[in-house]
Amino acid sequence: MSETLAPIAENLWTQETEPTLLGGQLPDGKIIFPYPEGDAAENVTPYALSRKGTLWSWTRQDFKPKEPYTGPEVFEPYLIGYVELPGETIVETRIVGASLDDLKLGMSMEFVVTPFNDTQSTYAFRPEESS
Amino acid sequence: MNNVYIIGAGIHPFGRTEGRSGRDQGVFAVRQAMEDAGIAWEDVGCAYGGSAAAGSADIMVNELGLTGLPFINVSNGCATGGSALASARFAVAAGEYDVALAVGFDKHPRGAFNADPKSYGLPEWYGETGMMLTTQFFALKIQRYMQLHGISRETLGKVAEKAFRNGEKTDHAWRRSQIDLETIMNAPMVNDPLTKYMFCSPAEGGVALILASEKKVKELGISDAVKISSIAVRTRPPGSFEVFSPSVDVEGGGKPTILASKAAFEMAGIGPEDVDVAQLQDTESGAEIMHMAENGFCKDGEQEQWFAEGRTELNGSLPVNTDGGCLACGEPIGASGLRQVYENTVQLRGRGGERQVPNDPKVAYSHVYGAPGLSGVAILER
Repeated sequence: MSETLAPIAENLWTQETEPTLLGGQLPDGKIIFPYPEGDAAENVTPYALSRKGTLWSWTRQDFKPKEPYTGPEVFEPYLIGYVELPGETIVETRIVGASLDDLKLGMSMEFVVTPFNDTQSTYAFRPEESS
Repeated sequence: MNNVYIIGAGIHPFGRTEGRSGRDQGVFAVRQAMEDAGIAWEDVGCAYGGSAAAGSADIMVNELGLTGLPFINVSNGCATGGSALASARFAVAAGEYDVALAVGFDKHPRGAFNADPKSYGLPEWYGETGMMLTTQFFALKIQRYMQLHGISRETLGKVAEKAFRNGEKTDHAWRRSQIDLETIMNAPMVNDPLTKYMFCSPAEGGVALILASEKKVKELGISDAVKISSIAVRTRPPGSFEVFSPSVDVEGGGKPTILASKAAFEMAGIGPEDVDVAQLQDTESGAEIMHMAENGFCKDGEQEQWFAEGRTELNGSLPVNTDGGCLACGEPIGASGLRQVYENTVQLRGRGGERQVPNDPKVAYSHVYGAPGLSGVAILER
């Protein structure tokens, strides 16, 4: 499904078989997300972030946001949270493949590209499949 | 620097006032503050004020009088009121003026605030994908805090229950009826773990404070002037977790509230144990809990016990948000921080009526927090 949808923004994640979020590394080594735009990108080296991390916090969005939100016309509550990518940074993200009750502090999460609306895809993390 | 006192405080009731602009609510508050101080508009040497969404403050001279005074517009988001107060205080403390006005007002449309990513220097996708909401930030911050420090959902409910109980006793509050814990807990969820009664709503209102030098206080023969012991406004340090953050530093970091609180206590030469009454930013229930610790009043996790024992009730050892805070008053951004200082002035002068704290307060503390990560603390003494 996701392959036919356009990414919500360019250069937000890499276009690979196993895509990753695109962050940036500052001259002092610190890693940030997203990769900055304009003059702020000076001296920032693109940095492919880890696909796996741990859940740092979470909540569910239970009302339809006002503009500039461009989600589906029919609103369904969605999960968001922060996932800590060890040694890199803690990214804010959608959470898919889970319900509120499934979420626990520190659980393992993995990166995924997910449908956002009829035409676009966005990034998310989901609980890591235990093998 | 010279000592600076609050000699007059005025407020336009918070909530919704159809047919009255935000600025007119500000003018209403200014007139009340002048009457309280026993001065005329001609006595005001300079003025600082503003709003986030209701226009410039300096146009108030049309209503208040064309005395030629310098009137500085302040546009500093959630810190608008606090920055106006800090600036007015500097003007008097420096000896440039004997009387200064700080005013804040606002009038917001109904429903949660929606922010424009560009104006915060953030990419469009951040807003489009529905991650740029202030309510989410507070939910995400308290969710993690609850896991780490053992705060229960019921304690979140108790914060709101207290707010409405105090709001019932407050003539400037918006929500003036009690809501029981069960109703608060079972209300529709906004952002888990916060239900709709645990969030404040954007609102309307205006607050004005008249500041004066010691010389002016004596000249006017005012006996219930309240001394501004310290004001500290601080923006975020590296690594802090703030509203509208697509990423957070793994190293962690300080918090603007901790910085502002420490600076204000240091300037005043006192500590948290000396405070008799406090107004802490309660955008939602969790904020009040976390800000109790960030301002140094308790350790992380102790809030659970504090609420079980009612220590922040009007008759507790440290009454917090005695007028119902943002939860009962709503949040007109430009006026909200000044409302806290107004309420502390009322409490220190013993004019709180039904909500007056009974411990004969001598030291009052206020703390405002807002986007994109700034805090303002003011300590008043009688």
